[in-house]
Amino acid sequence: MNIISFIASAIRFSTVFLFGSTGETITEKSGHLNLGTPGIMCVGAAFGGWGGMIYVNAAAQINPFLAVFVPLLFTLLGSGLMGLLYSFLTVTLRANQNVTGLMITTFGVGLGKFIKANFGTEFDAAIGKLCGYFRASLPFADKLGWFGELFLSYGILVYLAIAVAIVASVCFSKTRMGLHLRAVGENPATADAAGVNVTGYRYTATIVGSAISGLGGLFYVFDYMGAWDSGLTSTEALGWLAVALVIFTMWKPWLGIFGSILFAALYLLPNYLDVTFAMRDIIKMLPYVVTVIVLVLTSMRKKRENQPPASLGLNYFREER
Amino acid sequence: MEQAVALELNHISKYFGEVVANKDVDLTVYKGEILAVLGENGSGKTTLMNMISGIYFPDEGHIAVNGQPVVIRSPKDAFHYGIGMIHQHFKLVDVFTAGENVALGIKDKRYRLKEVNARVTEIAEKYGFRVDAKKKIYEMSVSEKQTVEIIKVLYRGAEILILDEPTAVLTPQETEKLFAVLRRMRDDGKSILIITHKLHEVLAISDRVAVLRKGEHVATIATAEANESILTEMMVGKKVSLNIDRSEPQNVCDRLVVSHIDCSDREGRKVLDDVSFTARSGEILGIAGIAGSGQRELLEAIAGLQHIDGGEITYFPPAKGENGEEEQGQSEKTKKADGKDAENAQEPQAINLRDKTPMEIRDLGVRLSFVPEDRLGMGLVGNMDIVDNMMLRSYRKGKSAFLDRKDPAHLADDIIRTLEVVTPSAHTPVRRLSGGNVQKVLVGREIAMTPTVLMAAYPVRGLDINSSFAIYNLLNKQKESGVAVIFVGEDLDVLIELCDRIMVIGDGRITGIVDGRTAKKEELGLLMTGNIPAQAEKEEAHDEN
Repeated sequence: MNIISFIASAIRFSTVFLFGSTGETITEKSGHLNLGTPGIMCVGAAFGGWGGMIYVNAAAQINPFLAVFVPLLFTLLGSGLMGLLYSFLTVTLRANQNVTGLMITTFGVGLGKFIKANFGTEFDAAIGKLCGYFRASLPFADKLGWFGELFLSYGILVYLAIAVAIVASVCFSKTRMGLHLRAVGENPATADAAGVNVTGYRYTATIVGSAISGLGGLFYVFDYMGAWDSGLTSTEALGWLAVALVIFTMWKPWLGIFGSILFAALYLLPNYLDVTFAMRDIIKMLPYVVTVIVLVLTSMRKKRENQPPASLGLNYFREER
Repeated sequence: MEQAVALELNHISKYFGEVVANKDVDLTVYKGEILAVLGENGSGKTTLMNMISGIYFPDEGHIAVNGQPVVIRSPKDAFHYGIGMIHQHFKLVDVFTAGENVALGIKDKRYRLKEVNARVTEIAEKYGFRVDAKKKIYEMSVSEKQTVEIIKVLYRGAEILILDEPTAVLTPQETEKLFAVLRRMRDDGKSILIITHKLHEVLAISDRVAVLRKGEHVATIATAEANESILTEMMVGKKVSLNIDRSEPQNVCDRLVVSHIDCSDREGRKVLDDVSFTARSGEILGIAGIAGSGQRELLEAIAGLQHIDGGEITYFPPAKGENGEEEQGQSEKTKKADGKDAENAQEPQAINLRDKTPMEIRDLGVRLSFVPEDRLGMGLVGNMDIVDNMMLRSYRKGKSAFLDRKDPAHLADDIIRTLEVVTPSAHTPVRRLSGGNVQKVLVGREIAMTPTVLMAAYPVRGLDINSSFAIYNLLNKQKESGVAVIFVGEDLDVLIELCDRIMVIGDGRITGIVDGRTAKKEELGLLMTGNIPAQAEKEEAHDEN
C-alpha cells in the first residue's frame, strides 16, 4: 500500500464530501435542516451532465475554460433551484423541514434519473470528453515528487472546495453577514427584532448552500468517476455522508476540510487493503460510527459553541408567540 | 409644566381577527419623563407597545414622533425614529457575546467588534451599569442579560425606551439598581415607557401613569396624584379588595420532610444544594427566589420527576379522619384512594419518597398534587379537551379495556361550574382557553384529587387580578381543610400576604425560612441574592419542628 497515493486519493475524493458539507453547513447556519442534500447532489450531477452535453453538442472546438464553466454553471443553477424549492416550501408555505428535506432527496434522485433517461448515452459521451479538463492539474505537478502528488495533483474543483470552505468559515466569524446569519439560525425572533431580514437570510443561505452542495455531485461524475453514476445510488449515499460530516465538524467548514479527508480515507481504505468483501462494507461504515462517537462526545461535553444552531429545524413565523 | 412631546399616539386600534387588542388609544409621552403603562394581563399593554416598536402594525390610527407623523412597519423603522424596546423575554442570542448581540442588525460602515465593545463599555459607564462586553449571554445572570438589552437599545441611539415588565425577573435590590439607571436616563432627556402590573413600582418610579383596560385607554394621571386603590379601580373597572384572608393554621403537623437533598442538572452543575425543610398540614409554605434558582427542580424532586443525588424526602400520612376533606370524596377514584389511604392510616408511618416515580408515589397512597409552572407543557395537553385532561389523572382506573369517560366528564362539569371556567364546553381543547381558565382547569383537577400535599409553581403567572385572587382563595381553602400547601411565587407582596412561612431559595440553597406574618420585603430580597444573615430565623424554624 502506497501511503502517498492513498492520501492523495483521499484528498481528491474528499471533495465530494467537502462541497456537500460546506453547503449543508451554510444552510444549517440559517436554521434550515436540509435533508435534501443527497438529492441536491444528484440534481447537481445531472444538471452538470446536461450542461456538458449541451456544450459538447454546441461547440465546434472545446475551450478548456468553458468545458468546466458551463457544467459548473448548470450545476449551480440546478441545485440552487432545489434550494429555492426547499426555502419556498419551508419559509413561505411553512412546511415541516424534515419532510421537505426527505422529499427533496427523493425528488432529486428521481429528477436526476429522469434527466439521464431522456438523454441516454449522450451524457456519458459528454462526460467522457470533458472529464479531462476537470482533472487537469498544474503541468509541473508530477515533477515535484511526493509534494506534487499530495498538494498539486488535483483538478480545479478540489481547490475550489477548500477555498469555499475557508471563505465560509471566515464569513461566519469575521463578517457582519456571518453574524446575522448565525443569529438567524440561533434565534430568528431576536434577529428579526434587531432588524435582520430573516426570510432573506434563510432563502439566500439555503440557495447558496444547496448550489455549493450540488458541486459535490458535479465533481463526483466529472472528475472522480469520469462517468455517469448510472443509478445515482453512490451519489445519494455520499450525500448522506456529507450530512453526517456537518455534525462531525460541529458546523465548522474549516474543520470540514480535514473531516472530509478522514471520511474519504475511511471510505477508500478497503480498496487499499486486502480484505474480504464483507469486511469492505464494514470498513465503509466507519464514517458513520465516527459521527456517532462525535455526537456522543459533543453532547457529553455540552459546550454551547459546539451545539447545532439553536433553532435548527424550526420554522419561524413572526406573528406566532 | 412645558415639556416637548416625544411620542404621540392618535386613535390607535389593533384587531386580531375578532379579538380587539387595542381600541382607539390616545397616548402622549414627553421628553425626560418616565411613563408607566399599567394594565392587567390581556389589557393590551404589550400589543400597544409592540405597535410602537414595529412588531405589529396598527389597523387604525397614527403615530407621531417629535411632532412628525411616522409610519413604523418594522423594528428597523422604530430604531430609525429612535424607539427601542426591551422585551420581557429577552431577545438575545445565547451563544453570542454581549458585544456581538449589540452589533446584531446594525449597519455601520464596517464590522469591527472591538469598536462595538468599546462603545458598550462607554455607554455602561455613562449610566452606571456594569457589563462585560466579551461575556457570552448564556453565562450571564438575568439581570446582566437585561443590562445587555438596555445597552443594545441605547447603542442604537434610542431616545424613547420601552421596557416590558422589566422587574418581573429581578430581586428588589436589582430593581432598585434598574430604577436608578432609568432615572439617570430620564434626567438625560430620554423618554421611558415602562409596562408593568405592579402598583408599588408604578408609584416608585413613574412621573405619570397611563392605565389600559380591555384594550382601551382609561386615563393618564400624574403619579403624585395616584395611590394603589385609585389605580386598581382604574385598571379593573370596579373596586376590588386586595386583601387575602389569612387564617391561623389549624392542626399543624409535619406532612412532608425534605432533608438535605442535593440535585444536579445534566451538565453536572448543582441546582439544589443541601435543601432541608418541612411542609406542614394546614399551612401554606411559600417559596421565594429569583426565577431559576432551583424552585422547579425542588418541586420536581418531590413529585418524583427529578433524580436526587442525596438526601431524603419523607412523607407522613395523616392519621385516619384527620383530614376534613376526606369525607367529601367526589369520584370513585378518590374513594379508591381513600381506601388505600385508610390502610396506611391504621398506623401512620413515614413513607420514603426518594427515587420513586410519580406512579409509585401514587400507588403508595400519597396524595400529592402538583401544579407545574409550565401549564400546557407539563400540566395539561393543549390539544385535548377538558374531559380528556381530567382523564390524565384517572385513566388507570377500572379493569375494563375501555376507558370510563363518565366520571371525568362529571368532574370536568364540576370544575367548570364551581371555578367559573369560561369555556364553550367541556369538549373545547384547553389550548383555546385563556391563561386564567387553563390554570383553573389545572388547579381544579389537582384539587379534585383531594391531595394531602399541594404544590403550585407560579399558579397566577399571566392571570388577571380577579383570577389571581380566585386562585389564592382556592389555595387558602385547601390550607383550611388541612392540606400542606407549597406555593412558589414571584410577587413578594403576595407571598407575604398569603403564606404562613416563606422559604427563600437562592442559587439552589435555602437561604432562610421566615414567618410570613412578620417578613419584610427587603429582608426577603437580601436572602434571594444568596446572603445568609438570617441564620437565627433558620434555626428558629428548625426549633419549631
